[in-house]
Amino acid sequence: MNAAFWRAYARNKGAVIGLAFLALVILLAVLADVLFPDSPWDMTTAPFQPPLSEGAPLGSDTLGRDIAAGIAHGARVSLLIGLTSTAVAVLIGVLLGAVAGFHGGWVDDAVMRFTELFQTIPNFVLAVVLVAIFTPSLASIVLAIAIVSWPPLARLARGEFLSLRNREFVQAAVTTGQSNLTIIVRQILPNSLSPIIVSASLMVATAILLESSLSFLGLGDPNLMSWGYMVGAARTVIRQAWWMSFFPGVAILLTVLALNLVGEGLNDALNPKLARKGRA
Amino acid sequence: MMTGVPLLDVRDLTIALPAGAERPYAVENLSFTLERGEILCVVGESGSGKSMTAHAVMGLLPKAVRVASGAIRLKGADVLSLPEPEQRELRGSRVAMIFQEPMTALNPLMRVGDQIDEVLRYHTTLDRAARRARVVELLASVGLPEPDLLRRSYPFRLSGGQRQRVMIAMALALEPDVLIADEPTTALDVTTQKQILDLIREIQATREMAVMFITHDFGVVAEIAHRVAVMQHGRLVEIGPALDVLTRPQHPYTRQLIAAVPHLIEHRDDDLAERKPVLTALGVNKTFHVGGGLFRRGRHVVAGDDISLTIHQGETVGLVGESGSGKSTLGRSIVGLIRPDAGRILFEGVDLLSLSRSRFRPYRRHLQMVFQDPYASLNPRHKVGDIITQGPVAFGADRHAAMQKARDLLKLVGLDASAVDRFPHEFSGGQRQRISIARALALEPKLLIADEPVSALDVSVQAQVLDLLEDLRHRLSLSMLFITHDLRVAAQICDTIAVMQKGRIVEIGPARQVFGDPRHAYTRSLLDAIPGKAWTQPHTAPEDQRQRDGMTHG
Amino acid sequence: MPRIAVFIVQRLVKAVFVVLAIAVFNFFLVHAAPGDPAQVMAGEAGAADAQFVEQLRQQFGLDQPLTTQLATYMGKVVQADLGYSYRQQRPVLGLLLERLPVTLSLTLTAFLLALAGGVLLGTLAAMRSGTWSDTAITVVGLTAYATPIFWIGLMLILLFSVNLGWLPAFGTETIGAGLTGIDAVLDRMKHLVLPVTTLALFYMAVYTRLTRASILEVRDMDFVKTARAKGLPEWRIVSVHILRNAILPVITVAGFQAGHLIGGSILIETVFALPGIGRLAFEAVLQRDYQVLLGIFLLTSVVVVLFNLLTDLIYSLVDPRIEVAR
Repeated sequence: MNAAFWRAYARNKGAVIGLAFLALVILLAVLADVLFPDSPWDMTTAPFQPPLSEGAPLGSDTLGRDIAAGIAHGARVSLLIGLTSTAVAVLIGVLLGAVAGFHGGWVDDAVMRFTELFQTIPNFVLAVVLVAIFTPSLASIVLAIAIVSWPPLARLARGEFLSLRNREFVQAAVTTGQSNLTIIVRQILPNSLSPIIVSASLMVATAILLESSLSFLGLGDPNLMSWGYMVGAARTVIRQAWWMSFFPGVAILLTVLALNLVGEGLNDALNPKLARKGRA
Repeated sequence: MMTGVPLLDVRDLTIALPAGAERPYAVENLSFTLERGEILCVVGESGSGKSMTAHAVMGLLPKAVRVASGAIRLKGADVLSLPEPEQRELRGSRVAMIFQEPMTALNPLMRVGDQIDEVLRYHTTLDRAARRARVVELLASVGLPEPDLLRRSYPFRLSGGQRQRVMIAMALALEPDVLIADEPTTALDVTTQKQILDLIREIQATREMAVMFITHDFGVVAEIAHRVAVMQHGRLVEIGPALDVLTRPQHPYTRQLIAAVPHLIEHRDDDLAERKPVLTALGVNKTFHVGGGLFRRGRHVVAGDDISLTIHQGETVGLVGESGSGKSTLGRSIVGLIRPDAGRILFEGVDLLSLSRSRFRPYRRHLQMVFQDPYASLNPRHKVGDIITQGPVAFGADRHAAMQKARDLLKLVGLDASAVDRFPHEFSGGQRQRISIARALALEPKLLIADEPVSALDVSVQAQVLDLLEDLRHRLSLSMLFITHDLRVAAQICDTIAVMQKGRIVEIGPARQVFGDPRHAYTRSLLDAIPGKAWTQPHTAPEDQRQRDGMTHG
Repeated sequence: MPRIAVFIVQRLVKAVFVVLAIAVFNFFLVHAAPGDPAQVMAGEAGAADAQFVEQLRQQFGLDQPLTTQLATYMGKVVQADLGYSYRQQRPVLGLLLERLPVTLSLTLTAFLLALAGGVLLGTLAAMRSGTWSDTAITVVGLTAYATPIFWIGLMLILLFSVNLGWLPAFGTETIGAGLTGIDAVLDRMKHLVLPVTTLALFYMAVYTRLTRASILEVRDMDFVKTARAKGLPEWRIVSVHILRNAILPVITVAGFQAGHLIGGSILIETVFALPGIGRLAFEAVLQRDYQVLLGIFLLTSVVVVLFNLLTDLIYSLVDPRIEVAR
């Protein structure tokens, strides 16, 4: 991550805005306890207060809980779940994909069949089933999202490893006597990281959407106030209190959008210096 | 042939590149004419602007590139000042163009006949039946078999040569006055190239068409040109009748280019029989299975059919063949990148193919390879020093010592020692190949396998790298297996030549004999197909030789 | 046998394998869940009835070794026996099949709308790449892609139903209105407008993006230059040469994703109270009715497999390079 990278990144204005907003969300998550010292589950004010009321800048919900506090603490939940589930998915996916792409042959076939199977299953349905059966908790949600999200990463890693394995500089490494492990770590991995990083950042966004959808259906961790849960809880009173579902939804929208923009920016900035093909 | 107004008259053409390009103009003050019934070859290396000129004449310049000044007159009228609809009228009907890559130049989802029919449909008023008849006629005229059947084929079913013929038929559909051919044979095999060149020559003769033929290959120029124009860095440096330019080149750049073309017959050592064999391949077989699945049978590609040959101490053996001949298979089998199905490869008394991967490892030091693609053979994220020392370090050498040796090696291959701290993308193609060679030499091999090491380089750079390889071979008493598709290159550098076809060695012998007195029919057809073989290259004057050696290492 | 029949048979065999594999996965899910498998299967309501739980134990041989259990389970799946819902007091399969039409009509309509809209907008954006309309389409697309489906639904209800009163917010028909004939059809259609739009918006953004990228890539290909060199009119170059080649990858990706729209229907049907499989899933979650959930899981996977098969077929017919039908 040197100066050249940041300059390339900064060329995409959307990406810069995205990064700035993301920083804001992270800040909010970190400072949630400072800004809103009470638990978001506490009933701090009268119920059904509209926005810009005393003690409830974004309004209050059916039980008198502060929406703004919910959003601040919810930021933590979203980021936490988004990041951990993506990390697990990346681990599983890249491992499987690398093994498949590097080894080739029947190992590749087997892993690909397995990946295809998972890709055929509608992932949201599976996530719902998994969380329902293993009872909703932070762990089950993270695992469910990871299990549902790893296939595209495996495909990506496999593609990269497969194409790099046959690249001439890797073949040269073989002929000069480097061991398989050294080749994977020093030759292939550094050249395949970029697309994986980009994919991972976009995956955090999808993970947050998945988590909010699960929470909306009531499958969130019952101890965690998440944005999805807030929208779900407000579903039946939408006529009377539009703000209860509006603000948490906007929070999800903006965070996911920011992450998408950052992912795109990374993609543009990390694009390898493709050599000109052809005569010197 | 001056009959008043020339057919195509390019005057002071200047094409500007967008800001940030390597130079401000792709083409500067270019002027030349093209007459009816003549073939003008425009020669130059990459970056000379020859292709841009062709695109400008057709009005196909990319959006970012503009004509800054000048005129392009077709039969007296300036094409550049015409409104777009009128330019479009001319395209395809008065001026036609064929391109370099037959694989990608045709719409993969449209039948071949329909693509030709399109030209007729949008430029003429012929009805469907008449158009169909004309399509069949055109396909036949370019030598395609069963034209009525072929017109219903999709491009992917045709070979490269066939697709190029289709392109030509498409270009000729409306009997244009001018045909522009942008390196149409560069991507083809040498035998196919010959057929296409013959076709173009024949068509041009019967229709008295004007042809502007762009190429980088002086052999092709010798084969078909009436007149020659030489371009360098966007400028025209020499133009004249073919005979004059080829035998008495005036401009130093033209002389350089001609001197760089590998000479057909060269002086080689003859005392190889007494030397010890370094490596002997016996009956190497390899068949690839492509595209098979659970329910589908795949194709078999025979890449190695009973290959046997011997490389002696200090000898350069050339393995020559067209694409698909399996020439790379033996080389890759020797360095352990491919496992043959059968056969033996004897090195210092040991059959390498009988060794497991771990027991083979110590032998890797003696068998090193230089690869074809200078852009893909160096890890873009490693510094040059790390690349060169990776072999010695893998075999346990001390990093410091290895790095010092790397600096020496860089000097040996003609690069500055400071390159150890730089990245591959800072170097040109020719320089990267030198780095590749340095990497191969780092382990002090006994046998160097060069797999098409100069095919991806410009002609003038090719000559330098070939000279380097020759030089190193003598200095370090290396033996070399040189794999190439270009017979002329093989002639320049190889002592012994083995000709391969469909996985078999059809002929093997001393270079002089294979070239002077070929025994096998295939060898003969390969030699026959070399463009410009009748052209005796001018003797390189001493000052040109010196200039070639002193050129900044590319 | 004609090539195309061979192709279909090959793919069907593969599809069957996939479905069986998913069934096996189902089986292991039940056993991996915390607690007694019999109680898991019985669901929250059924677990209270000791007799029912014992019955299940017998039926599925839950005291037998694992392999026998698997065989029993697979046997039932092959006979299309997806179990019994204690809560709903009926076999699962019947319950699902009853609700399937609503979900399918929702999903299919949304898919077609998303595809048509996406291709149109994507083409527009690509043809005007670099201009403000391209930027506008891209930004709107990015936003739609970032918005949770359930929230879009709620906001649309707020706007069009609560505030403007133009469209109904819930259900598939106006209850108690007693409409017949064309009025009934129109009424049903009015009820589908918001749900279909909501589901379509997200995927429309995806397809817009895909189309745009594909067109930009095809535009730079060699054969387009050849078409220009032939002096063809611009509209022909765009429609025949560029679009036809660019649409192909979009269709394949879209087709293979089509099955996943069904996952989105869970959220849509919950928001709009539509009596489809998605809504059933939501209720089953609330009621801890696991047999129903697993049945939904298996059924939706089958739907996806069938969709993939269809896409494969269509693609092979459209692309002459796939050696099947020609």
